[in-house]
Amino acid sequence: MDMDVAIVGIGIHPFGRTPGLSGMQQGAVAARDALKDAGIEWKDIQFAFGGSASSGNADALSNELGLTGIPFMNVANGCATGGSSLISAYNTIKSGLFDLGMVTGFDKHDRGAFDADPEALGLGRWYGEVGMMLTTQFFAMKIQKYMHQYGISKETLARVAEKAFLNGSLNPNAWRRQPVSVEEIAGAMMVNDPLTKYMFCAPAEGGVALVLCRADKARQYTDTPIYLKSAVLKSRRYGSFEVFAPSQALVEAEGPTYDAAKAAFEMAGVGPADIDVMQLQDTESGAEIMHMAENGFCEHGEQEHLIQSGATRIDGSMPVNTDGGCLANGEPIGASGLRQVYETVLQLRHAAGDHQVPGEPRLGYTHVYGAPGISAVTILQR
Amino acid sequence: MNNRVAITEGLFTWPSEQPALLASRCNNCGIASFPAGQSCMACSGQDVSLEELPNRGTLWTWTIQQFMPKPPYASGETMETFKPYGVGYVELPGGVRVEGRLTESDPAKLAIGMEMEVVFETFRTEENGDEVVSFFFKPVAGA
Ligand SMILES: [Zn+2]
Repeated sequence: MDMDVAIVGIGIHPFGRTPGLSGMQQGAVAARDALKDAGIEWKDIQFAFGGSASSGNADALSNELGLTGIPFMNVANGCATGGSSLISAYNTIKSGLFDLGMVTGFDKHDRGAFDADPEALGLGRWYGEVGMMLTTQFFAMKIQKYMHQYGISKETLARVAEKAFLNGSLNPNAWRRQPVSVEEIAGAMMVNDPLTKYMFCAPAEGGVALVLCRADKARQYTDTPIYLKSAVLKSRRYGSFEVFAPSQALVEAEGPTYDAAKAAFEMAGVGPADIDVMQLQDTESGAEIMHMAENGFCEHGEQEHLIQSGATRIDGSMPVNTDGGCLANGEPIGASGLRQVYETVLQLRHAAGDHQVPGEPRLGYTHVYGAPGISAVTILQR
Repeated sequence: MNNRVAITEGLFTWPSEQPALLASRCNNCGIASFPAGQSCMACSGQDVSLEELPNRGTLWTWTIQQFMPKPPYASGETMETFKPYGVGYVELPGGVRVEGRLTESDPAKLAIGMEMEVVFETFRTEENGDEVVSFFFKPVAGA
């Protein structure tokens, strides 16, 4: 048995700050929203995968939704947690084990940068003590090198953030809903050179849930099933430049994003030029730029012209992060990758409202990247 | 006279007349790793030898850490006394690119490709007066 997989229900709790609800309660809001969207009840769900970095075990959602006895598995894979949950559910249906399941992710983080634990990643405590255990530093050093190698300007970094806040202003579920000018972004407080405070996403809150089923049963639940053509996760190979690495090889290899993208395109039988709308991990402005090329959507260095000319805007030829991405939504770790899928399903249903890509998009793409060097990619088709 | 102690065992030779960073080198594939490990990240071999890394190299990339990190950052600084610091990867020829703090924190004085040398300096002072020593990369004067 080898079943195709469809997404038939999507739900979200708006991202940002919600003082009245725990992270898990925001996950429950998203789950109920997704069930309603699919026209089913929690007792119909046969299995679930979920993840949260700081709001408890995802399977404790059953306390909110009802104790039905289903296999509900917790997933933890850094910022790639959402993608990893989705892949787990995809494989469960693909194998024929179950017909109908849920993927969920939620979180509620404290303000300020994430605090990472060296020992959890196999590093000595000294690495954190001296002040090198920060994702912001890695991204700053990676884009610093990239700008030097491929001629990306500081203004282009600001343009990415400008687009994110503009797109966020059009999305009722986004956290940052005010446009910010290129000048204000470029002139803001420096956080890790060359990146200013507006160029970084912040830890936030929110929840997302998806209902998945066997493709041949999808029309029982929705008129517009969105098919999951690929779901791929890769980790780093020796020689790629990744976060939390006390040293870096002299030999250079492509990163996990390149590997995941390549495998996902092969699996779906399509190429980068076929994709109508894409959500790429934008932990900061530079990450979006580098991920455009690492995912195969352009050559290294072409981003300078593409971004300056508006190609990555909602009405451009390759719309990127149409919901405002991590920059405008913040990053609740467990929910982040699933937000990308939620947005892509909206786009492919042609139901994204003010942030809808024109021209009735048919193929969508999502990409998350997480420590210590994991990438998850999906390709979705209407 | 206070004790001067290394921030952790096995990261660099200490105490020593001329301290040096320590790497493991794989006897199967020849790849060097820092910090020194028991196995090789490149080929998963377990036959490795310890060696001292060269003390000079070139700056491969860098940034300035402009805000005070949360724990486990432990420099003894407070929010009031915190000073931004440089961080970079320095390519040590024939070895590996090592990430380290830089002695320079002025972005105008840092550039990819500049020559750097490793130095060993006091990172913080413990309550009992012990000075905790770590490694830093310093621009080579006149280079
Ligand atoms: Zn080896």
